[in-house]
Amino acid sequence: MDAATQSLIADAVNNQPQSTVTVLSSLLAVEDAIGYIPKEAVEAVASRMDATVNDVWAVATFYPNFRFDPPMEHRVEVCWGPSCHVMGAGRIIAAAQDALGLSDEGDTPDGKATLRYNTCLGACAHAPVMAIDHHLAGRVTPESARDRIATALQSAPSH
Amino acid sequence: MAISTTTADFDSILAEAERRWQALTNGDRPWVRVGTGLAGEAAGGFEVVAAVNAVLAERQIQANVSEVGTLGLCFAEPLLDVQMPNGPRIFYRNVTPQIAQRIVSQHVTGGEPVSEHVLGYLGDAGAAQDGIPDLNDHPMLAQQQRIALRNAGHIDPSDLYQYIANGGYSALNKALTAMTPDEARQEVLTSGLRGRGGAAFPAGVKWGFLAGNPDPNKYILCNCEEGDPGAFNDRGILESDPATVVEGITIAGYACNANRGYVFIRHGHNQPIDRTRAVIEQAYELGLLGQNILGSDFSFDVEVALTGDSYVSGEETALMEAIEGKRSMPRYRPPFPAQVGVFGKPSNINNVKTLAYVPEIVARGGEWFAGIGTRPDPDNRINGSSGTAILCLSGDITYPGLIEVPLGMTFRQVLFDMAGGVPNGKSMKLLQTGGPLGGVLSASDANLDLVLDFDVFRAAGAILGSGGIIVCDEDTCAVDLTRNLIAFCQYESCGKCFPCRMGMSHLLEILERISNLEGTEEDLALMRNIGENMQAGSLCGHGQLGFNPVSSALRYFGDEFEAHIRDKRHTGDCPEQVFSPKLTRR
Repeated sequence: MDAATQSLIADAVNNQPQSTVTVLSSLLAVEDAIGYIPKEAVEAVASRMDATVNDVWAVATFYPNFRFDPPMEHRVEVCWGPSCHVMGAGRIIAAAQDALGLSDEGDTPDGKATLRYNTCLGACAHAPVMAIDHHLAGRVTPESARDRIATALQSAPSH
Repeated sequence: MAISTTTADFDSILAEAERRWQALTNGDRPWVRVGTGLAGEAAGGFEVVAAVNAVLAERQIQANVSEVGTLGLCFAEPLLDVQMPNGPRIFYRNVTPQIAQRIVSQHVTGGEPVSEHVLGYLGDAGAAQDGIPDLNDHPMLAQQQRIALRNAGHIDPSDLYQYIANGGYSALNKALTAMTPDEARQEVLTSGLRGRGGAAFPAGVKWGFLAGNPDPNKYILCNCEEGDPGAFNDRGILESDPATVVEGITIAGYACNANRGYVFIRHGHNQPIDRTRAVIEQAYELGLLGQNILGSDFSFDVEVALTGDSYVSGEETALMEAIEGKRSMPRYRPPFPAQVGVFGKPSNINNVKTLAYVPEIVARGGEWFAGIGTRPDPDNRINGSSGTAILCLSGDITYPGLIEVPLGMTFRQVLFDMAGGVPNGKSMKLLQTGGPLGGVLSASDANLDLVLDFDVFRAAGAILGSGGIIVCDEDTCAVDLTRNLIAFCQYESCGKCFPCRMGMSHLLEILERISNLEGTEEDLALMRNIGENMQAGSLCGHGQLGFNPVSSALRYFGDEFEAHIRDKRHTGDCPEQVFSPKLTRR
């Protein structure tokens, strides 16, 4: 791991603005800073919180928003919660898989994008909803989902 | 926290707030407001803000531009309104960056509304002369009674002065100067306010459990872990008017002699998080939080705590685990939170909506709030539900959005008179209420005549709960929707207790089988057996209520299950539902 990433991790763990600092808040701070939780971050959080590495792994693996290897350039999320399901989320997921050349959620082989299913992105009145690089888009159609993904893949990496 | 060196004087804060509000609304510049809550964002609100700012900068036009929360008219978002000095607010619907550019050139600069995109006006009725309709006459707004949502879409949610100029913090000032903690709690008892998180337990009684505990360190926890698909009212309040929640927590702290509060939000929901943090910071600066609030003996601290993605985090003891930074799994009870809560200290947990009502209840009196809603009817085991319902409408509905209506209205009034019914000439088939654990109702005449009341809904086998209503038209297959609901519940089971962890997985397996027309006659009995065990043996509501989607679907749509099992026949759009989540979370 390079020194710059090490220093981002240390900064995220040690300089949290809120007064209640926990294992979870530290992990979320690292995720915000570098987009994933490497082994070094687990060790840094354990050391800062006076916890064991096991304790920190236990928390990190519980919440599905953490990933453990470097993020892809772009992140595509599609909601399949009931509101979106009723409004055709299945077809959006199929379109997203097709646009990314994937058959399930996961990373594309070329390292360009991650597809994630989400249980609620929070804009149910605009179902079906997707998010690209954490930016919400509502009332998407299979066609507009494809277009948005194509545009994102041609744009600069999101981090 | 350092001891405040200034004696904050509410009158001087209020005077400054009113001066600023006057400058915004009756000053020398137009005021442009754009809805950029999560719904506004999904519709393209940020692009509209960028377009407005770009044109203003390019032409060097002086105007105030604010990002506001949601007015609730989600079908019309992005929603933008222009207020010329001393004029009404003219609202535009479904604004694109191109339309925004035209609005700036023609209306903000020239004072001439762009009539073909206008939705209506609010305020000075002079606008009606230009043929612009009063927005309050729109069916979606006409029957609303906005208490918790009183400021939503109107004020800049990140500016505490705007909240104060619109009546904010007069309740806390009243409580601190004219009421004892017991009297403040008594107002909430008198109001009959019932918790809006799902259980509908009387909030004043719950506060009493904490108030009676002599421990010097006590916590008020505000739950915005709103994972319910179809419910976005908690986030809607926090992204539109977080200050009413922060004031509500502070009053709850005073009433319960607590000294610390947390607002608990899911990581990644940036508008609610950022806006809540902004008003907390300003409240500290103005002496409305921290040591000796408004010069009184009462001291109280509030901060935002974040959780990862976990639906069960919304369960009160799981929430405390997450605040402590652990896996959000429910605890065994007893001890109950009022004895041993977060960090081992006595705690009280309220939903965002519950706390959002508190300032108005204290300011206007509990009797006023109790006068809204339904009356008790002991013969029918109806305890009475006071106040309003804050409902989120999504799915196959003409006007999806966020509304606040008096309890006691009927489902029919909400879904047809206000929200315009099902679009495209189709019929309404099914209603999914109260989150995935709430189950489904058929859109029968009897169910549409149900009045909005916590106990009436419970008797009908549904939960009013968090207020999410997903409307489904005739194309929806009840079996397929049930499978989706159980897939959600299975994915979100925290895994701590066996009946929920295994029960959900088995239910999903069976529903997959039935959906694929491979179900057998024994499957229905098997599901009931699993459901009974989940209900009896699960640690928290997730497992205890987890069979609701299946039991309610069987109650209202048993014939569709029969069709799948016996006749090997689909009953709606299920063959088109190509995505079948087969997710094991961990």
